[in-house]
Amino acid sequence: MSTTVIAEIPGHELPSEERVNYLTVDHSVKSWLLTHDHKRIALLYLISITLMFFVGGFFAVLMRLNLIEPTGLVAPETYNKLFSMHGIIMVFFFLVPSIPATLGNFLVPMMIGARDLAFPRINLLSWYIYIVGAAFTMYAVISGGVDTGWTFYTPYSSTFSHSQVIPAAVGVFVTGFSSILTGLNFIVTIHKMRAPGLTWFRLPLFIWAMYATSVIFILGTPVIAITLFLLGLERLLHIGIFDPAIGGDPILFQHMFWFYSHPAVYIMILPGMGVMSELITAFSRKRIFGYTFVAFSSLAIAVISFLVWGHHMFVTGQSVYAGLIFSVLSFMVAIPSAIKVFNWTATLYKGSISYEAPMLYALGFIGLFTMGGLTGLFLASLATDVHLNGTYFIVAHFHYIMVGGAVMAYLGGLHFWWPKITGRLYPDGWARFAALVIFVGFNLTFFPQFVLGYLGMPRRYAVYPGEFQVLNVMSSAGASILGVGYIIPLVYFIWSFKYGPIAGPNPWGAKGLEWTTPSPPPTENFEEVPIVTEQAYNYAGTSESAHG
Amino acid sequence: MAGLLRIFSLYMTGLIQFGLENIASAAAWIPLHPPTASSIAQNVDLLYYFLTALTLFFTALIFGIIFFFMVKFRRRSPDEIPADTKTHLSLELTWTIIPTLITFVIFVWASVLYVRNSRPPESSMEMFVVGKQWMWHIQHPEGVREINEMHVPVGVPVKLTMTSEDVIHDFYIPAFRVKKDVMPGRYSSIWFQPTETGTFHLFCAQYCGTDHSEMIGWVYVMSPTDYAAWLAGGTKNESMAQMGGRLFSQLGCAACHTSDSSGRGPSLAGIYGTTQKMRDGNSKTVDEALIRQAIVNPNSITLPNYPPIMPTFQGQVNEEQVLQLIAYVKSLEPEERTTSSK
Repeated sequence: MSTTVIAEIPGHELPSEERVNYLTVDHSVKSWLLTHDHKRIALLYLISITLMFFVGGFFAVLMRLNLIEPTGLVAPETYNKLFSMHGIIMVFFFLVPSIPATLGNFLVPMMIGARDLAFPRINLLSWYIYIVGAAFTMYAVISGGVDTGWTFYTPYSSTFSHSQVIPAAVGVFVTGFSSILTGLNFIVTIHKMRAPGLTWFRLPLFIWAMYATSVIFILGTPVIAITLFLLGLERLLHIGIFDPAIGGDPILFQHMFWFYSHPAVYIMILPGMGVMSELITAFSRKRIFGYTFVAFSSLAIAVISFLVWGHHMFVTGQSVYAGLIFSVLSFMVAIPSAIKVFNWTATLYKGSISYEAPMLYALGFIGLFTMGGLTGLFLASLATDVHLNGTYFIVAHFHYIMVGGAVMAYLGGLHFWWPKITGRLYPDGWARFAALVIFVGFNLTFFPQFVLGYLGMPRRYAVYPGEFQVLNVMSSAGASILGVGYIIPLVYFIWSFKYGPIAGPNPWGAKGLEWTTPSPPPTENFEEVPIVTEQAYNYAGTSESAHG
Repeated sequence: MAGLLRIFSLYMTGLIQFGLENIASAAAWIPLHPPTASSIAQNVDLLYYFLTALTLFFTALIFGIIFFFMVKFRRRSPDEIPADTKTHLSLELTWTIIPTLITFVIFVWASVLYVRNSRPPESSMEMFVVGKQWMWHIQHPEGVREINEMHVPVGVPVKLTMTSEDVIHDFYIPAFRVKKDVMPGRYSSIWFQPTETGTFHLFCAQYCGTDHSEMIGWVYVMSPTDYAAWLAGGTKNESMAQMGGRLFSQLGCAACHTSDSSGRGPSLAGIYGTTQKMRDGNSKTVDEALIRQAIVNPNSITLPNYPPIMPTFQGQVNEEQVLQLIAYVKSLEPEERTTSSK
């Protein structure tokens, strides 16, 4: 136990079995369920959200099967439940916690040279809250399902639906508190626990992204909690809040819902952007181009994201003037994202670029996120949004951002830090192959949906006119490829956990404090608290003043 | 050498030809464009194609640059360390300002189009739509009622006043590029001017429950003469205003709302379109929404000289009947008041 940390010299690593690390320190179940170690909590989250991802993915597979035939294969009420539960699970139980709760939990203390998050017990509590929320939602699934869509629009959800709205809403309500606690923990940790010398502008950009995300967690999540609480009041006690038949206003619900749920889009994509900055720099061995622009664009996105919710409501009958203001603000929120894409691209210039699996995911992200972002312009534009709103164009657009962007970044990050998390390498050939399969499958699934939307096919249709079949079959074929693409990493990750080659502390030759400790790290992360004397991503080894 | 080139060029021509033929046959097989059948459709499409071109250009640009860098700057030895590149402020400003300007152009273009498209012409023909789970009820002022079908004449602007009996629906005609949510408890409106005869899809585009995807129908755009014939042949009904008048007496409204000012309620003759000062001091224009409110929630908007004694008719009349009552109130000319008070 005492002769542990001798792994500071690369290449002279002892096999991880002989070195006590956060995984091997105690094998009991109790030690996992009562752990305060941010790294173990990250793994608990990883297992939980992976389960939820495959449950949500299973519903997506059934949806795409149903849509092969214009007349549908399952009953419409079944299909309605499939897309509702797919959305609820994927948004609230996979995408929102994905990068922050797993990679963020693992990496925030490691990247800033801290031994843990500021509030380790609250961190554990947040996981338990997530599990309770997930249990309510899974109860809703098993006890008959919910059919309101993930958007819970009133008065359908509050008065008309005969499905398990309350358990599903309670699940989302409860799990929101885990987001709030995670955000709180990150903000305090980033403010108070940075290693000596690690000034704000020496922080890795992943930390900036986590900080911006945490701000949205704390400011936005209470609003969805209030909204769902009011929905419950109306559904259970018939207090008229949203249903006009009892004196309510259905548009009020949409304002409140999107006030959270639009910033939530950035909860999902900002962490992905943070991961991107780490991957691009590591695999091109370059400092990020325009550090301050990339860092502040994250904060700009977090701020502006709270002012654009009305672009979900251009066709609800909100006033023309409100439409104009939300439209111009929606264009503004696109600018910081564009700045990031340009800076990542410029970082590659005169780099030393290698193509391990994480980099392939990163390059896939840039391409798909660019398309997702540009198609957003169609929807920020009032005149075209009128035609495209509520159609498959929307579905395609947000899947390019959420899946092509957020999930690609999540997988890229998972591949990148997997050797740090487990101490093992996965087979890179398989990983590259999976990245390619996912890229191809994704585009085949979602590109036809842009065309379907322009043709006018509304979303959430269990059956549809025959002329849309060709494109739907293409999309379903793509989904089957995409499904395979997601199963391959699951297999080799599980395999590598036990049988993968020993990774060593820094298999990629990457910069960043997390790579200076052994893999897997010891419970206390660092033998000695590191002292930081240089800027982030200093691959060239130049002194700080040289950057100007 | 020249022979080889010729063979190569023949081969390439063949390949391109084969490709083009395939694309052409695929285009016939895969629909790529919805029908363009209203006065605004082409303008919307123009913006759509501009945005598509912009998307393709920037996607190709980013992909192209990345691929170029990927090949040109690939790692050539494992311990290669590239030199730092300085951050160029001018470059950062360039790629901040240019996208900002481009998006501003799009914003202005799209907004001008939207504002223009949102105002119905004065000469619009009126029709009324009530959505309910899961069908569309459509009524013409002449009294003809349709379910999940809407007959309209070509070349005439049509304004729809829409509401819902239950949940939120959305009235969507892709061929016309128009869409609007149909809300319970309030009126929304939409207008279009068909430019082509034919049959076009009508969809509900806001999820509304079990048979949401069956809440679809057809819009039949007919020549004006065909439309007139259809309208004449389809009905021996009363007009909407006449139906409303019958309801008005059946429900006992006439007991208080007499045609002179002696009743317990205000006279409704000529009241539509006027501005009235309410008990709370606000002035309100009497439009469809206000009349609807007066029927379902009367005491929220009483006039100062009348006691708030009107019972609510919520639950006693459905949305279609409310629309008929409104049509009746609108039909009461101000002259009637003067003649009847004499």
